[in-house]
Amino acid sequence: MSITAEQTTDAKAKVPKRHVSRLRLRYTLIGWSFILPNFVGFVLLTLIPVVTVFYMSLTNWNIFGSSQFIGLDNFVRLAGDSSFHSAFGNTLYFAVLHIPLTIAVSLGLALLLNSKLRGVAFFRTAAFFPYITSIVAIALVWNLLLSPQYGPVNQVLGFLGLQNPPGWLTSSDWAMPAVVVVETWRRMGYYMVLFLAGLQTVPRELHEAARTDGANALQRFRHVTLPALRPTMFFVTVMLTIESLKILDLIIVLTDGGPGQATTVIAQFIWTKGFEENQFGYSSAASVVLFLLCLIVTIIQFLWNKRKAV
Amino acid sequence: MSETKMLITPPSPRKRAAGGQATGAGTPQRKIGRALLYVLLIAAAAALLLPFFWMVMSSLKDANSVFSVPIHWIPEIFVWDNYVEIWQKSDILVWIRNTVVVSVGVTFLQVTTGSFAAYGFSRIRFRGRDALFLLYVATIAVPWQSYMIPQFIMLSNAGLANTLWSILLLQAFGAFGVFLMKQYYETIPEELSEAARLDGLSEYGIWARIMVPLSIPAIASLALLTFVNTWNDFLGPLIYLRDPSLWTMQLGLNNFVSSLYNVDYGVLFAGLVISVVPIAIIFLLGQRYFVEGIATSGMKG
Repeated sequence: MSITAEQTTDAKAKVPKRHVSRLRLRYTLIGWSFILPNFVGFVLLTLIPVVTVFYMSLTNWNIFGSSQFIGLDNFVRLAGDSSFHSAFGNTLYFAVLHIPLTIAVSLGLALLLNSKLRGVAFFRTAAFFPYITSIVAIALVWNLLLSPQYGPVNQVLGFLGLQNPPGWLTSSDWAMPAVVVVETWRRMGYYMVLFLAGLQTVPRELHEAARTDGANALQRFRHVTLPALRPTMFFVTVMLTIESLKILDLIIVLTDGGPGQATTVIAQFIWTKGFEENQFGYSSAASVVLFLLCLIVTIIQFLWNKRKAV
Repeated sequence: MSETKMLITPPSPRKRAAGGQATGAGTPQRKIGRALLYVLLIAAAAALLLPFFWMVMSSLKDANSVFSVPIHWIPEIFVWDNYVEIWQKSDILVWIRNTVVVSVGVTFLQVTTGSFAAYGFSRIRFRGRDALFLLYVATIAVPWQSYMIPQFIMLSNAGLANTLWSILLLQAFGAFGVFLMKQYYETIPEELSEAARLDGLSEYGIWARIMVPLSIPAIASLALLTFVNTWNDFLGPLIYLRDPSLWTMQLGLNNFVSSLYNVDYGVLFAGLVISVVPIAIIFLLGQRYFVEGIATSGMKG
């Protein structure tokens, strides 16, 4: 729909060729002048760092600024680094718990809110509150809520008759599930909105038709709602996957990777090696692994989605 | 594109009339179903809001009763003094000032450069434009955590670490803003700018006088999302801001916890409430734009 040099010339058929190229140049210049202010910042702060990280991963760059090219040595070291192995495993563990749980909870909430009940606006606002709350407040409140002895959560569990409730963030078995619960609680409002938007595209007539054919609510959900939600589901899954693989801020404020290394994830490994131990080359290698992991998983999801769409 | 438009234009008055109400709304079965829905919703809302309730109530307790066993959800004595003490015991005023400076600055830069670039991407055709836009969109999927190290080294070498400029630059040129604005611009009829062009308005004039006024809802969405994200950002300030006089709200409160041996949790919670309230108010006022902005991000262009 945009105007182009070609279109303009089509209209006034007999314009000399010289004129065409000058027009084209003019639009190129105008176009770039619009993009440039943002583009400069984008190149300097995103594009160059992304390219640099690949180069850095092949060097022994450290705090003293010495940087020799050492080929794939960093990656060989990563392959044998047991703390990286556990960070990698923990990241996948987090993703495997977090993705289905968040989809289930936010889709469930979206379905509830999509029904025509009174007070829906209030519930939607409530669902959004965690998303807009600062992470420091979230971490503190949840840390205290989940505190093993004095925390309200375990007090309630004790009241319900549960002996020896889990130590949550202080227990190496329960810390990761607890982090997942907090992250799900924090993000579900966001994904709920995406699902709600998707639900509005489900054709109402289809629902009515299915109802007349005697399909019950579950059947209608499986055969009408879910297929219509497929694009939304795909987008949500892609976003959730990347978000899970790169999880960092909540872990830093909630557990700082502990107890032991129970909740140390890849992004935190990068953080520790880079900002605390100043091994920039080595941490860049871990960064490249994270980058490739996100890229590969996203590509697989896109291919999968394409195949199912056919 | 039509989906995007539908979401962002003011929602039609509740579609209550359109749907299933007619089909046996009064049967007992349906009544039970409805009651069940409410029970579920109320349980969900309680789970979502209880931590906030506890935070606010704890901000009104004295230090010892925050952890009383069994828990008192409502303080026995309301200690309003906590809200006075947080101003005296901490530099909260400095943190608020820094947070406001950074949030306003980032929001301004993101909205202006984002909508400007979006015009170039959606209204002017030139060689390489679509490839360039693809590059922008692709970086939305690249985790910042994977390039934060080189970014830090670059900004440090430029002498910008430990200044508020670093946070400003870090957040202001996101690809997301360009993407969101472009999505909206594509829903504005081309004829409008065509007419303005015939009237002799330059491309810049069309952007300023036609596109910007018409895209106020999208600008509101982008501004709200950016403001909230910057206000709540924790990792950026944690990496870049060492000097306590530069700390933002998040960083200050986080340090307030670890700097005291004997944290008065009542006072701390008062600080947390203060950090959440402005965002909560902004969110409540602009909820519609907020929600539409997020919904739009889910619509692929």
